[in-house]
Amino acid sequence: MADLVNAAEATTLLTPASIAGAAYIVAALLFIMSLAGLSRHDTARAGVNYGIAGMTIALVATVYATFAGAWGSPQATTGLILLVVAVLVGGAIGLWRARIVAMTGMPELIALLHSFVGLAAVLVGWNGALEVTGMSGALLDIHHAEVFIGVFIGGVTFTGSIVAFLKLSARMSSAPLMLPGKNVLNLGALVAFVVLTVWYVITPELWLLVVVTALALALGWHLVASIGGGDMPVVISMLNSYSGWAAAAAGFLLNNDLLIVTGALVGSSGAYLSYIMCKAMNRSFISVIAGGFGIAAPTSSGDGEAEGEIREVNAEDAADMLREAASVIITPGYGMAVAQAQYPVAELTSRLRERGVEVRFGIHPVAGRLPGHMNVLLAEAKVPYDIVEEMDEINDDFAATSVVLVIGANDTVNPSAAEDPGSPIAGMPVLRVWEASNVIVFKRSMSAGYAGVANPLFHRENAQMLFGDAKQRVEDILRTL
Amino acid sequence: MVKQSASMEKTNEEYRMTRIGVVTEQRPETRVAATPATVKQLIALGYEVVVEAGAGARSAFPDDAYIAAGADLVDGVAAFASDLVLKVNAPTEAEIGLLAPGATLIALLAPAFKPELLSALAARGVTALAMDAVPRISRAQSMDVLSSMANIAGYRAVVEAAHEFGRFFTGQVTAAGKVPPAKVLVAGAGVAGLAAIGAASSLGAIVRATDPRPEVADQVKSIGGEYLKVEVEVEQSTDGYAKATSEDYDRRAAEIYSEQAADVDIVITTALIPGRAAPRLFTAADVASMKSGSVIVDMAAGMGGNVEGSVAGERIVTPNGVVILGYTDLASRLPTQASQLYGTNVVNLVKLLTPGKDGEPVLDFDDVVQRSVTVARDGAVTWPPPPVQVSAAPGAATSASAVGAKDVAARPEPQQPMSPVKKVVLVAIGIAALFAVNAIAPPPLPQHFTVLVLAIVVGFYVIGKVAHALHTPLMSVTNAISGIIVVGAMVQITSDVLVVQIISAVAVLLASINVFGGFAVTRRMLAMFAAGRTGADRG
Repeated sequence: MADLVNAAEATTLLTPASIAGAAYIVAALLFIMSLAGLSRHDTARAGVNYGIAGMTIALVATVYATFAGAWGSPQATTGLILLVVAVLVGGAIGLWRARIVAMTGMPELIALLHSFVGLAAVLVGWNGALEVTGMSGALLDIHHAEVFIGVFIGGVTFTGSIVAFLKLSARMSSAPLMLPGKNVLNLGALVAFVVLTVWYVITPELWLLVVVTALALALGWHLVASIGGGDMPVVISMLNSYSGWAAAAAGFLLNNDLLIVTGALVGSSGAYLSYIMCKAMNRSFISVIAGGFGIAAPTSSGDGEAEGEIREVNAEDAADMLREAASVIITPGYGMAVAQAQYPVAELTSRLRERGVEVRFGIHPVAGRLPGHMNVLLAEAKVPYDIVEEMDEINDDFAATSVVLVIGANDTVNPSAAEDPGSPIAGMPVLRVWEASNVIVFKRSMSAGYAGVANPLFHRENAQMLFGDAKQRVEDILRTL
Repeated sequence: MVKQSASMEKTNEEYRMTRIGVVTEQRPETRVAATPATVKQLIALGYEVVVEAGAGARSAFPDDAYIAAGADLVDGVAAFASDLVLKVNAPTEAEIGLLAPGATLIALLAPAFKPELLSALAARGVTALAMDAVPRISRAQSMDVLSSMANIAGYRAVVEAAHEFGRFFTGQVTAAGKVPPAKVLVAGAGVAGLAAIGAASSLGAIVRATDPRPEVADQVKSIGGEYLKVEVEVEQSTDGYAKATSEDYDRRAAEIYSEQAADVDIVITTALIPGRAAPRLFTAADVASMKSGSVIVDMAAGMGGNVEGSVAGERIVTPNGVVILGYTDLASRLPTQASQLYGTNVVNLVKLLTPGKDGEPVLDFDDVVQRSVTVARDGAVTWPPPPVQVSAAPGAATSASAVGAKDVAARPEPQQPMSPVKKVVLVAIGIAALFAVNAIAPPPLPQHFTVLVLAIVVGFYVIGKVAHALHTPLMSVTNAISGIIVVGAMVQITSDVLVVQIISAVAVLLASINVFGGFAVTRRMLAMFAAGRTGADRG
């Protein structure tokens, strides 16, 4: 908004800059309304429309303000052509991805989108460094610092999101990377960043920018790589927050209040969302954003509880149990998403409800790989959302429930979180499914869950295992019913 | 013939299958330690099973059924000479003499009360496993014979009471007049107590229950009883049983029992404290205040009795016409069921002893269950075992028990909140830093900071109450909004430098993917939520 601020001081009242400034305030308000709208079911769709309106106003105003001043010059023509092509291509890719993505692939897509914001922020920062216009003294120093901060946050967001994407799409191991002295590495990178920034402010040389970019990319990679798969929902939300801060930093760099407002909105709401989730998992917010969870070395290796017999059940017997049940709670997890079992599960739900069985869903706050992941899948399969309940709402009802179906969930129903203080997931609130009369666990094998912790639930007296692909097993049950 | 360690393989002995002997119990016991069904399971574990002829007769399991299950019929001496002998009750002296040295015995041995029995078994060189010493941990529930027997006994106590009671349990309005429902008080809501509450309420009686553990209130309610709360502090226990309770509690409880005695028709007491005499709940005066024709079943009579005047194994009628039943064999009065459950408990223990399912029992002293049940081995008494901690964490949910309740999951401790001083200091530092930056920085920086800070606060509050189900759509819409970085790239695209223009174009392209993709995917998701909702309306 550098030109805009200057232009605003001009005598004419209705300049492109003042129009853009006014439009930006409207856009910022619309974004706030959008976020507020998205907090509630009945206003959610209006919220998206507010967001789209805000974005449209912001873009139109920006294009108008940018080109109104420079109209006719050759670089403006080039710029306009580039702009139109870029928006069209980018928009087409975006719409295409959004249309074809399976709801189960949502976490990956969102992680990937975050990385684009990060990369764009890096590029904007580089541009800021390459093209310094009419600044001097303290302002120039500040400009240099802003370039560095923008590039740094953008870089961390970029590689962090890429790693999250790779982990979620199973192109990379979900186990936390354990480099020796990882905290020292993270801290060292921050200190190096501060030193480099000061250095760059004193002597602005291009190679310093290259170094800081590399440093940011490396730090982003390391931060997320050292967070275990179990914490991915928090990571996604945290990266969401980072991408906001990257935009805000770019706003400082470009003197653009809209970028600052919007970036800060996204940044703080993302941070708060991460915080809510950390609380739901009884994790320290700081330790998760610093890649801390993986540090806690497992102290108990399933002593006592995790051994013992497991009981298998087949689909016919499971169907019989469901037929005679008075109430059923289904607790889905990532396995349901992987198996694409949400449609048969929804079918099973409606069949049981027709028979007068009370069916509800218990959703753990971090079930799946994205907050609210299960809700999205169930909504996709048209499960009425008034029977989909949160952990706190439903946890006390398990004791009075006839049958619990655990479909592809593991860590979120692990009794050792509540009962074994030595467990790596000790203290994490879990769905107390083991209090129900019967628990049927749909599972591919006896392997541990994402957090890598053995689950004594499978050995419980009232638990029975139904091995195999969740979708096929549920369909088997449907056939029997 | 329990192997003491894996190294002691069958070296110079010739190979012989390990033989399990099921023996007939001494009268009046009616149960048997294995049923045809459990014999089949034992054989599946790789054992050879012999059954004393007539062992199951009093539990309605004929010899033919055992033969059909794969067992051989032998006489009593041969059955006692087996490597692994299954019994219900503790052996008499004569029976101990029949056991082979080096053999293993599984039975109810009451190790805390019969030290002389343990030393006799140890002297005989017998490895003795006490079914009633199974620790109360979740993993061992399948072997918890006290729970399985208490369940049966609780049911039977109600049946016995109904038999003695001269009235219906349920209230009825008939042509011949109105019949009021019976009032039943169950003292102790452990396994036996809960079974009694369930049985009595299903017969139609008004059921009230007491228990030192307030957390059983829901369980009582869930099976049709009304929980009478005693409002005093209760000591916590760590081993899954109730501890002797405090004086205050006793005083208040005594008042409740006195009040109830005068009101109810049936009293069933189930209060036991392991290793001690049963607590006295009803005094002679309480009993004297009861209506004529009332019935008391003292399920703790064998342990000294909860009711003054009860006699173990006897039916007493007080001068005011109250019947006190002190039967100690309530579980044996349902012998078929009791044998089946006891037999299953035994099979589960044998399963644990036979990890290879190869008919070769291995006693692992590192396993807490196996260590706890072993009361004699290698000529030495190994009772009591080292203590087992049941409850994972201290807390209100820690369970104590009368005749036995399942261990309750301990709730995780809440996170320690930050100390207020620390909080204030941190906030002060933050404010000071912000102040310093704004005071020093040249314009337009302070203005930007103002905007930044306000936007942060707004962002924080605006999603403060986000519905959980909307986390993903919210995140994808904020993702789309963070594509606002496109504005930054756009203002740079008119630069004089071609490189900058190209880089800007790339940035615009990337950010556009975000903007369009983010909004489109959010709309798609929300459309699904809306569809789900119409589904609900229709349904």
